[in-house]
This record gives sequence, C-alpha cells and structure tokens, in this order.
Amino acid sequence: MKKGLPKNKTPRTPAPERSANERKKDFKEVSLGYSPAMAQLEASRCIQCKKPKCVLGCPVRVAIPEFIQQVAKGDFLEAARIVKESNALPAITGRVCPQEDQCEKHCIIGIKGEPLAIGKLERFVADYERLHQNLETIETAPSTGKKIAIVGAGPAGLAAAGDLAKWGHEVVIFEALHKPGGVLFYGIPEFRLPKEILEAELEHLKRLGIKIQVNYVIGKIKTLDELMLQDGFNAIFIGTGAGLPYFLGIPGENLNGVYSANEFLTRINLMHAWEFPAFDTPIHPHKTFAVIGGGNTALDAARTALRLPTTEKVMLLYRRTRGELPARLEEVEHAEAEGIEFHYLLSPVEVKGHNGWVSEILCQKMKLGEPDASGRKQPQPIENSVHAIKSDAIIIALGSGVNPLIAKSSSDLKTDRHGHIELADPDINLTSRPGVFAGGDIVTGAATVISAMGAGKKAAEGIHKYVMNH
Amino acid sequence: MFTILDKNNLAPQVFRYLLDAPDIAKKALPGQFIIIRLNETGERIPITISSADPIDGTLTVYVQDVGKTSLEMSQMKIGDKILDIVGPLGNPSLIDLFGTVVLIGGGFGIAAIAPIARALTQAGNKTIAILGAKTQDRVILEQEMLNACTHVHIATDDGSYGTQGLVTDILRKVIETKKPVDRVIAIGPMVMMKAVADITRPFKIPTLVSMNPIMIDGTGMCGACRVTVNGEMKFACVDGPEFDGHAVDFEGLLNRLKTYIPEETEAKKKYLEETQGSCQIANKLKVVG
Ligand SMILES: Cc1cc2nc3c(=O)[nH]c(=O)nc-3n(C[C@H](O)[C@H](O)[C@H](O)COP(=O)(O)OP(=O)(O)OC[C@H]3O[C@@H](n4cnc5c(N)ncnc54)[C@H](O)[C@@H]3O)c2cc1C
Ligand SMILES: Cc1cc2nc3c(=O)[nH]c(=O)nc-3n(C[C@H](O)[C@H](O)[C@H](O)COP(=O)(O)OP(=O)(O)OC[C@H]3O[C@@H](n4cnc5c(N)ncnc54)[C@H](O)[C@@H]3O)c2cc1C
Ligand code: SF4
Ligand code: SF4
Ligand code: FES
Repeated sequence: MKKGLPKNKTPRTPAPERSANERKKDFKEVSLGYSPAMAQLEASRCIQCKKPKCVLGCPVRVAIPEFIQQVAKGDFLEAARIVKESNALPAITGRVCPQEDQCEKHCIIGIKGEPLAIGKLERFVADYERLHQNLETIETAPSTGKKIAIVGAGPAGLAAAGDLAKWGHEVVIFEALHKPGGVLFYGIPEFRLPKEILEAELEHLKRLGIKIQVNYVIGKIKTLDELMLQDGFNAIFIGTGAGLPYFLGIPGENLNGVYSANEFLTRINLMHAWEFPAFDTPIHPHKTFAVIGGGNTALDAARTALRLPTTEKVMLLYRRTRGELPARLEEVEHAEAEGIEFHYLLSPVEVKGHNGWVSEILCQKMKLGEPDASGRKQPQPIENSVHAIKSDAIIIALGSGVNPLIAKSSSDLKTDRHGHIELADPDINLTSRPGVFAGGDIVTGAATVISAMGAGKKAAEGIHKYVMNH
Repeated sequence: MFTILDKNNLAPQVFRYLLDAPDIAKKALPGQFIIIRLNETGERIPITISSADPIDGTLTVYVQDVGKTSLEMSQMKIGDKILDIVGPLGNPSLIDLFGTVVLIGGGFGIAAIAPIARALTQAGNKTIAILGAKTQDRVILEQEMLNACTHVHIATDDGSYGTQGLVTDILRKVIETKKPVDRVIAIGPMVMMKAVADITRPFKIPTLVSMNPIMIDGTGMCGACRVTVNGEMKFACVDGPEFDGHAVDFEGLLNRLKTYIPEETEAKKKYLEETQGSCQIANKLKVVG
C-alpha cells in the first residue's frame, strides 16, 4: 500500500457548520454537510483497501470502499444504492453514528493521519439521493400472504419493517406515541437530526406499503397473544427500546424544576414546548440549567436547554473527566463552542429548593481512582468537599432502563433481571416465544441507532425464514 | 381520528363525552385512563375512562373545564374528531370480594369512581358511596351511583343538596356506625384524598387514592408523573394511578401540580381572548371560572 501513503497526508476535508454564535439560539441543523466537490475531494483520500478495516468497525458492515469509490467518481446515486444495501437509514446514521468509535476508528489512514470522514460521506450520498432521486422506483417482492407486527417505531422496528416489506410481507408497525421514530423523534433534537429527514424515511416506508398505527401501546390495548391468535399476525418483532429514565435517588429530586432528560427532550421535540403558546405544552422559562451526566442524552439536553429563549447559562456536571465523557467528541466540541460550561469530577448528593422549586444542587468533588472491571477509572468522593451550585433547573441524564410493559403482559417472554428481553437464538434474534423476535435497546440496553437497526435487520432475516417455513 | 359521538353539559364546567374508540373499549377496565391530544398543536392530557362499551365500541368520559385543553374540548361538537387517543393506560383497580367498601368521589372523581363501584358491587361487596360537590347542580352521576351502589350519601359545601359539609364528615360517621369498613377508595381533589387518608389511618382501613400528576407519554418514558410512595419513586402512569393513601406523599405531588400554573393561566387567557365574542360559552366560562 505504499502508493497510498502520500495521500494520507492530505488533511480531512472539513464539513462546513454554522458558527456557534449563529446556531446557539435556534434549532436549525448545526452541521451543513459536504458539497459534491467536497465529497469527491474527501472520497479521493480513500486508498481502497483490499481488506478494509473500516467495514469491520461498522455494526451493519456498510460496503465502505465501494460506495466511496462511486463518490470519488461522482456517481452519487450509485453510492447511495450501495450504502442502502446494508443500511436503510444512511441520512440518519451519517449524522448520529459515533463514527470515531466505529468505522472511522478502524480506518487505515487514521493511523498516520486523519481517518476518512466516512460518516460525512454517508450523510452526503443519502442527502443527495433524497434531493435528486425520482421516487417511482420502489420494488417489492410479490406478496407472501404473511402478516408481521412490529412493536415500536424506533430505528430497530423501522429497519426490520423496511426489509420485511421489501420481501413481500404485509407489515404493520404499532407505536405507543402519536409520532413514529422512537428516540429519533422524541430524543435526538432537530439541530442534530432535522425531523424532515426522519419524515422522508417514514414516507419511504409507507410507500413500501407499511402501515404505521400510532397511539397503540402493545401490552395494554393488545397482548402478543391477541396479535398472533386473533389478528392473524404470523410473527412479531419487539423493538420497544430503553425508555425508562433513571433518577439519582437523592433527596429533593421531586422538586419542581427537576426533569428527566426524557421529559425535557420530549416536551421540546415531541410536544414543541419551545413554541408555547402556539403549541399547548409548556416548558418553564428557566434561566440556569444544571445537566447531570455525560452521554449523548446529557449533551442533547444541555444544548437544547441553551437554545430556549430565556436561558442564560447551562452547566453540565459529570463525575469523571473530559476524557471519559461517553458522548461523541463532535457533540462535546459543539457544546463547548456554544458556551455550555463543563464541570468535571462532581457528583450530586442533594437537590435543595425554595418554595417548592429547585434553587441549588449540592455536589461532592470526586477524584479518579483505579480502573474497574470495565477499564474505566472509578470516581471516588473527596471528603468534606460538598458545595452548592446554584441553578433553577436540573436535568437528569443518567441513561435509562427498559420499559416493562410488554414483558409484564406476556408471561412466557424471558427477560433478564434488568428486564431486557433474552434471545433464545441470537443469530436470528428469536426470543423464548416461538414467532416472537426482538432487537435494539430492549435487548441490549441503551446502545446506538445503528446497532438497533442492525438488530432489526438481523431479526427481519430470522422472521422471513420463520414465516416462510410455517 | 376519534369521533365525538355525543356530548352533554352535565354540570357547570363538566361535560360528558361519548367517544368512538372500539379497540380501547374492548380492553378498558375500571380504574384505567386514556390520554387525549385534540389536534396537531395540542397537549396530551390524561382522562379517566368512566365506562366502556365493548359492543358499541365506545368510551364515556367526563371532563371538567380547568384550562386550555379541557375548554377547547368543551367547544367541540358532536361529530368532531379528536386527533389522538391512546389507552387503556394505567393499572386497573383491584376488584375482589372485600366486604364493605366505601367509595368517595369528589368533582370529576365521581366519574372515575363509578366504574369501580359497579364492578365491586357485582363482585358481591357492600358498596357505600359518598359523593361530594360544591353545590347541588355539580353533583354528577347520582342516578348511576344509586344503581351501582348499596348506599349513596351526598355532601354539598353549601347544603343545597344532601348533607351540608364535607365527604370526610360522612366518612367518619360511616366508619363509626357501619363497622367494619374493609376498604376505602377515594378519587377527587388532592386535598380531599389526603383528608380521607388521614381519617382512615388510625383505623388501619386499607385506603386507595388515585393520583393525578402531570403526564406526557403515559407509558413510563418521561418520569413527569413521578410520585413518592413509602419513600420510593413511582410513576403514576405505569405503577398507578391507584396507590396506598397512607403511603403517598401528597404534599410533594401538590407541589408538582403547581409547576405550570403561570403557563396554563396564560394559555387559557389567550384561548379565551381568541375565542371571545364568537363563542358565548367561553364568555360564560370566564365569568364562572
Ligand atoms: C437523547 C438521546 C440521544 C441519543 N443520541 C444518539 C446518537 O447520537 N447516536 C446513536 O447512535 N445513538 C444515540 N442514542 C441512542 C439511540 O437513540 C438508541 O440506541 C436507539 O434509538 C434505540 O433504538 P430502538 O429502536 O431499540 O428503540 P427506541 O428508539 O427507543 O424506540 C422504541 C419505540 O418503541 C415504542 N414503544 C415502547 N413500548 C411500546 C409498546 N408497549 N407498544 C408500542 N410501542 C412501544 C416507543 O414509544 C418508541 O417509539 C441517543 C439516545 C437518546 C435518548
Ligand atoms: C390519571 C388521570 C386521570 C384523570 N382523569 C380526569 C377525568 O376523568 N376528568 C377530568 O376532567 N380530568 C381528569 N384528569 C385531570 C386532567 O388531566 C387535567 O385536568 C387536564 O390535564 C387539564 O388540562 P387543561 O389544559 O384543560 O388544563 P391546564 O391549564 O393544563 O391545567 C389545569 C390544572 O390541571 C393540572 N394539569 C395540567 N396538565 C396536566 C396533565 N397533563 N395531567 C394531569 N394534570 C394536569 C395542572 O396542575 C393544573 O392545575 C386526570 C388526570 C390524571 C393524571
Ligand atoms: S452506518 Fe455508522 S458505522 Fe456504519 S459506515 Fe455508516 S457511519 Fe460508519
Ligand atoms: S480503511 Fe479507510 S482507507 Fe481503507 S477502505 Fe476503509 S475508508 Fe478507505
Ligand atoms: S407520564 Fe411519562 S412516565 Fe408517566
């Protein structure tokens, strides 16, 4: 690969983004994406490895060198077609995948220089296709006469539904909320993933003949048994996600002004509270926010809080240091540029209030100790270091557990002690119940969009085989 | 879309709606609720299912006008469509043979307690209902409760109907004279439920109250509906809405219910201003409310 080496020195093509000052008070997308010329320039940096390591870093094994070659040539629609063979929602993953930990982490030219911007290229081809393709050409296999129910319209469910519909099955998605998309709709904010992109993907699924039934909580309005025995579904896919918010378990958490990140983001993203009173759901006009946590959810909550009109200051309180933040580096850098204050090595011990409202949060200082079993350095409290941080709102973003609704209503569905659905056959994502498959966060716990989609696709293959043999 | 099949004004600011929702009607059990979103800009509000007819595929709900959404709903006409209804949500009330059960309903709580009363009577319990309202014209569902219960007592604040006083005055007498009372269920304003729990506590009568915190999704996803029960955090939408009245933290919930008062008042005012003149009912409500 000697020939490739000089190219490694070419710097990565930066993708334009809106300036921090301009973007921090609105909800429009931060990153603007490549122009065709930029995309071709960046694609030309790829040395077309014979054994591409990048592909092994991608949970769904996108044919990265192949699509990038087409980008370099300028055949963007062909590039998009190649990506879509393994990734149904590239406009979304190109935006939200933690690429630096996945495909790009393994890119060979990243060893000596900067890795290829695979995510940005993926986003580019998907956006290009959305804007340029004529939409007539959707091919589905002839009808198989089989009916499949998908529970939950998050990335896992949507990915499973797309494949199953293409293979000729009748697919109905049941979604608890009034909008499909799961975390893509209610969690990840507009400035990172514009809703119109999600809408376009949903439109595509509808054109495949998929029916989406919103306002339908499976386990309440219908059990799994009823779907199979009464409504004639031949198989079911469960992709209900990990939506149960964790709280801190410290005094004062029920004071007004304390939100779970889910509540805060749902009010904004799903219910449009930032447009109150044009929309009926309110959000209180706080001036300062303290966000507890360091993952994507915490950063999304912090940056969303910053964009509300009355906000003056947003702090993010994290137990470890910057190096350990689980959020994507790009998001951290964006948040820092926008003026979010990062406070490290702090652990909240109590929320204090005044007249029923939050007034300050007591935090203990931490230091990093020895690495634990997971290899991460464990934060340890420093004695006599509790001090108060003033804030009139607190957002708790500590991650989430799985929702017990379905498992509760179906006794023969095996779950582990955390409530995750257990797979009887992980190769096809089959659960302990015949004909019932599962995937995404409900199986793995909170993970990523692309891994949920990968699980959905794997389950779709399992379901296809299952229904064709039964 | 869910059609309003019928609508009646039962008492000042209280409307009964008959909703076309066949899938929910097949599944609804006493004690469960739905979440309604009227239109694209609407908020999601929880409303108790007062009765469900699985054959006609209908739900009956009673909604009290307190703010923007309930007011807007009261302006809708028979035949109009509600954009979203999701349910049945929450755990059904436990129906069993307990012996003597006292059911206390205040305000729209009467609508919530009616299906529970019917089911408990059918299960063989002696059911004593105590209904409370400000004035005679605000007593709703009296006939239904007479049909459903062994005894019905009514208390009005001004004495215009039944006994003058509070439901808790009657409860105290019932406990003292009709021993034993095996179970008490109270649904209504928070202060009423708290007062009921305070009375039954020394007698150690199992007492259930129905919590009505602010909700968004109703599926356990947002945590807005959290209430403290026995020092533990519970979500009313999936763990409730009924909880042990002797264990819930009423003060904490009363405080949380105040969160959005300024915003709700603003929304209601704006709505009334916009609809004023063109809409007589809104005018009337403004005078009453
Ligand atoms: C704020 C936030 C930011 C994130 N940022 C990123 C990121 O940048 N990159 C990344 O890769 N990942 C990110 N993640 C994680 C990622 O979004 C999830 O891993 C992914 O969405 C999981 O997909 P899923 O399909 O398993 O579940 P979900 O997306 O949770 O969807 C589940 C769906 O099922 C519905 N449902 C639940 N119960 C029922 C029921 N009983 N009946 C019917 N429907 C039901 C829910 O309403 C929901 O719509 C983020 C998560 C959050 C919360
Ligand atoms: C499980 C449950 C069952 C209920 N059943 C009924 C019923 O059968 N009939 C009925 O009239 N009302 C019922 N409620 C209360 C009803 O949901 C609120 O009155 C309604 O949200 C008011 O909306 P609004 O816009 O008209 O008023 P708003 O202006 O929004 O609020 C007025 C008052 O209602 C409270 N409130 C606001 N939003 C909510 C919310 N999302 N959830 C709960 N309370 C809120 C506020 O604290 C405020 O004091 C129930 C509530 C719960 C939680
Ligand atoms: S799906 Fe995600 S991990 Fe895979 S190639 Fe695309 S950006 Fe990389
Ligand atoms: S590892 Fe990097 S250089 Fe090699 S094919 Fe993949 S993207 Fe191209
Ligand atoms: S309403 Fe969201 S968790 Fe109960």
